[in-house]
Amino acid sequence: MQTHPDSERRVALVTGGAKGIGATVCERLAAAGHQVLVADLDVAAAEAMASRLRETGGHAAALALDVGQPESIARTFEHIERDFGRCDILVNCAGIAKVFPFLDFPLDNFIATMNVNVTGTLLCAQAAARLMVRRRWGRIVNIASVAGLRAVGSGRTAYGTSKGAVIALTRQMAVELAEHGITANAVAPGPVDTPMTQALHTEQFRQEYSKAIPMNRYGTTAEIAAAVMYLVSEDASYTSGIALPVDGGFLAAGARGL
Amino acid sequence: MSLTDQIAIVTGGASLRGIGWATAKRFADEGARVVILDIDAVAAGQAARAIGPQHLGLACDVRDEAACKLSVQQVLDAFGRIDILVNNAGVSQSHRLMDSTQADYDLVMDVSVRGAYNMSRAVVPHMRSRRCGAIVCMGSVAAQRGGGILGGPHYSAAKGAIQTLAKAMARELAPDGIRANAIAPGMVDTDLLVGKIDDAGKRRVADGIPLGRLAVPADIANACLFLVSDQSAYITGVVLDVSGGLHIH
Repeated sequence: MQTHPDSERRVALVTGGAKGIGATVCERLAAAGHQVLVADLDVAAAEAMASRLRETGGHAAALALDVGQPESIARTFEHIERDFGRCDILVNCAGIAKVFPFLDFPLDNFIATMNVNVTGTLLCAQAAARLMVRRRWGRIVNIASVAGLRAVGSGRTAYGTSKGAVIALTRQMAVELAEHGITANAVAPGPVDTPMTQALHTEQFRQEYSKAIPMNRYGTTAEIAAAVMYLVSEDASYTSGIALPVDGGFLAAGARGL
Repeated sequence: MSLTDQIAIVTGGASLRGIGWATAKRFADEGARVVILDIDAVAAGQAARAIGPQHLGLACDVRDEAACKLSVQQVLDAFGRIDILVNNAGVSQSHRLMDSTQADYDLVMDVSVRGAYNMSRAVVPHMRSRRCGAIVCMGSVAAQRGGGILGGPHYSAAKGAIQTLAKAMARELAPDGIRANAIAPGMVDTDLLVGKIDDAGKRRVADGIPLGRLAVPADIANACLFLVSDQSAYITGVVLDVSGGLHIH
């Protein structure tokens, strides 16, 4: 399964790759012929994902990764450097979200959310970019959220703030990594049907949210993965530092029908 | 081949060194039949033939509502359907506020904004009837940052207006299955730059761009392909920057 350092097959690391948006991104990257590294806190799920990709002819390996732990990120990248010698594409999908009223927002959840969503994205991007600069080519895509561009209902004190920070971090990386042939962009999904939103969104919230979206529905993980595939492709070689909404028109519209 | 058998209209596509033609060519490479509309009938025909014999070039002044309706009817008569409209026609002027005239203002606003309005209104009844369609409007980094390099205030305003038109159409037309988005290119190396900036000037601009170069028309064409393909099925109402980081929000 290992890729020779001189091989043309690009190595693509997807954090949070075992489930949700990350899993679909892994499928698309594997279908495009990349060596996919499925990194997840849930190692068993990552292994299952990687073996499913291999069964369908893809090149994939699973990695244990807790993006909330700097030591875990360091270990993972030591592993990647030793076994693959390169990292060409990084898709930061790992993220957590919980909602609480602002007045009662628990500090420990705020710190944990910022740690996983922001610090985790930073450290993975930093480690990946250090490998990308050697080959003077790289693509970093951070999964942000429309919640990072607008307050989406109540309760997103930590999640919305963390995704806003991810978008700002993406810009900073875009500026500093451009000279090394690396682009950095964010995708800002609207609501997507994933294990995370199934746990987070009540039926009432789903209906209200759908009503605010011109397309009147949640997105699919495939629709988010398609945007990621565009941003990692050669077609997007002049695009860097953007936050691309994939939201059925939510940000353009404000509230539909008003 | 992501656009197999689709029919695409690109306005302002007659210059072989421009964004419109590069976009039409890219669509054709992906299997679409393209119709190039341009104010210059001969150039439109030549531009279409330069892509291939199955493509069509038509004369159309997009400022003229009746001409837009006629062109759309001609396309429907020839091909039976329209899947894609790219509102690319535009006039670039760098005159500063006090150096531009009423005529300059009318030309720049009318070709960009009224043109996109007319063409969109001409295709939407057909797209609605089939409950599918993708519209892309060509904005500019000049709208995102308030002009400043080569775009005068009236040009920046026109591009801001067409970007907002895309958002408003996105909101209104999504329930009909029609998507509308805009692209905000940075400085693109096309004939629009001829006489406005020399090579040394281009190098100075490139030095200020994080990715270190001007855009080429293919960069914009590639983004356009993404926005009209099924790859972007859940994307509507966005303004996609393709500026090499020239303007990062």
